[in-house]
Amino acid sequence: MYPTPIKHASPLTNILYRISLPITILLWLMPLAAVMMTSIRSIQDINQGNYWGWPTSFNFIENYNMVFQSTEMGQYLLNSIIITLPAVMGAVALSTLAGFALAKYKFKANIWMLAIFIGGNFVPFQILMIPVRDLTISLGLYDTHMGLIMFHIAFQTGFCTLFMRNFIVGLPNELLESARVDGVSEFKIFWYIVLPLVRPALAALSVLIFTFIWNDYFWALVLVQSDTVRPVTAGLSSLQGQWLASWNLISAGAVVAALPPVTLFFAMQRHFIAGLTLGATKG
Amino acid sequence: MLQQSTAKTKGIQRPNQSPKPQRIISKRFVPWIFMAPALLLFSLYVLYPIASSFMLSFYSWDGLGDKTWIGFDNYIQLFDSESFWTALKNNVLWMILFMLAPPIGLAIALFLNQEVAGIRLVKALFFFPFVISQVVIGLVFSWFYDPHLGLLNTILDVFGFQTIALLSSEEYVTYGIIVAGLWPQIAYCMILYLTGLNSLNPDQIEAARLDRAKGWKMLRYIILPQLSPATFIAVVVTVIGALRSFDLVATMTAGGPWGSSTVLAYMMYEESIFNYRMGYGAAVAVVLFLIMAVYIAYFLVNMLRSER
Repeated sequence: MYPTPIKHASPLTNILYRISLPITILLWLMPLAAVMMTSIRSIQDINQGNYWGWPTSFNFIENYNMVFQSTEMGQYLLNSIIITLPAVMGAVALSTLAGFALAKYKFKANIWMLAIFIGGNFVPFQILMIPVRDLTISLGLYDTHMGLIMFHIAFQTGFCTLFMRNFIVGLPNELLESARVDGVSEFKIFWYIVLPLVRPALAALSVLIFTFIWNDYFWALVLVQSDTVRPVTAGLSSLQGQWLASWNLISAGAVVAALPPVTLFFAMQRHFIAGLTLGATKG
Repeated sequence: MLQQSTAKTKGIQRPNQSPKPQRIISKRFVPWIFMAPALLLFSLYVLYPIASSFMLSFYSWDGLGDKTWIGFDNYIQLFDSESFWTALKNNVLWMILFMLAPPIGLAIALFLNQEVAGIRLVKALFFFPFVISQVVIGLVFSWFYDPHLGLLNTILDVFGFQTIALLSSEEYVTYGIIVAGLWPQIAYCMILYLTGLNSLNPDQIEAARLDRAKGWKMLRYIILPQLSPATFIAVVVTVIGALRSFDLVATMTAGGPWGSSTVLAYMMYEESIFNYRMGYGAAVAVVLFLIMAVYIAYFLVNMLRSER
């Protein structure tokens, strides 16, 4: 193990190390901690400029209530859910199929198809912007949830296909071969043999792209314009414009927007990190 | 090739023959059938738009009326415009300063790669900034930089320095945004290195320790070479992240003050959505794409080589 395990160091070093951990965490997350503190401050505190000290009163319920009562935050949050969940499912479904094809079939274009999926995943959004916007308008999907869902499915398929392919490559070929010898059709092989085996990868991938799609801001600006469709990222930034001085409410909004991916991350941390590194270290 | 085509004709001419040759034919199509839905959608929303943007960059178009072919005029205008060079300069600045993310991420990973109680939670908390939306990060940092009450000025004041309105200073604004961008990027690099450290070869480390390798030499000659896959990924995602920077610029300054913090990604958005100059915007996007294509190609070549 590297660096040398701290257990072998002197007791003093051990104590210092353990003390330094919470301190560095506090420094590292200070901006976030401040936002969470501010989200429960009273407007008096804000007006008096008490941004960083201890709050004079805790307005947790008032502030968060206010956010949901007097802004569209609830609607934005709902929109984000309506957009993100189907997009995650769609991208994962399509890429599991494609990933299986690229992992377990030898054909000439194989490596090129893989390269296209990976390369496409890295392109700047701006090169897609105008044509995707036009396409969305001509499909009648501009300013609808479906417009964003379709784009996210298509775009995330690049990364997801690489991810699923890297996972499926590791499955033993003998399993598929013996099924083929028994005359099982390719589609049944996929459904009854491959699919049950890739379940852990599906979980990891879903968690990961949930946060990618949830946190998207650019496409929410480009493909959506009304509050009834706008997801929480774009919603938050429009609130920031309207509520310029009410930092406590904006902070509460920010916490609300960040909460779903953060909760998911903590609940499925192992999956999340496995997902990130399987996608990344191999590709 | 010859064999396939004979198999194909056979299949067509004699459909009622024993199923075997038919399966050979259909087997060639099986992977394509599995790939079809993904490929179709990906072509429609990613591949075709890239080609289409290239074409559009040779036209003048306001987004509604007719497109007029103007050849390289958009590019000539672009290279003559001051804001393009500002954006490009800022993008270069982003790339250079973003290169701090891998080494800092490595340093944090080395610091955290221990087995003490609660370390998993600590790692997770360090990773936190990567999970939250850049809009939230932009908001947090604009507030951190707030000229009147922001923590930055509070700290500067305590130590007796001149306070500064960072986000309205043409000189410093880009640095302020880059620092905000580095925060999640460092977290990302840290995770990549933590996983890399987990898969180090313990025998090599033991052997090096027996040879009394220590400190910097140990890191430089034993550890870093083994971490090179992680470094490769970290550098590539960092460069791409720097070139893709949009969310923070849009939420923190909208390119201001006076366009001084704009980047190519934001300039493109601004020209097409606010100024209705779609062709011109497409030209900006093409330039950005070509810069990125260098890194994408580098990445692909490396990755595909390791696949073979």
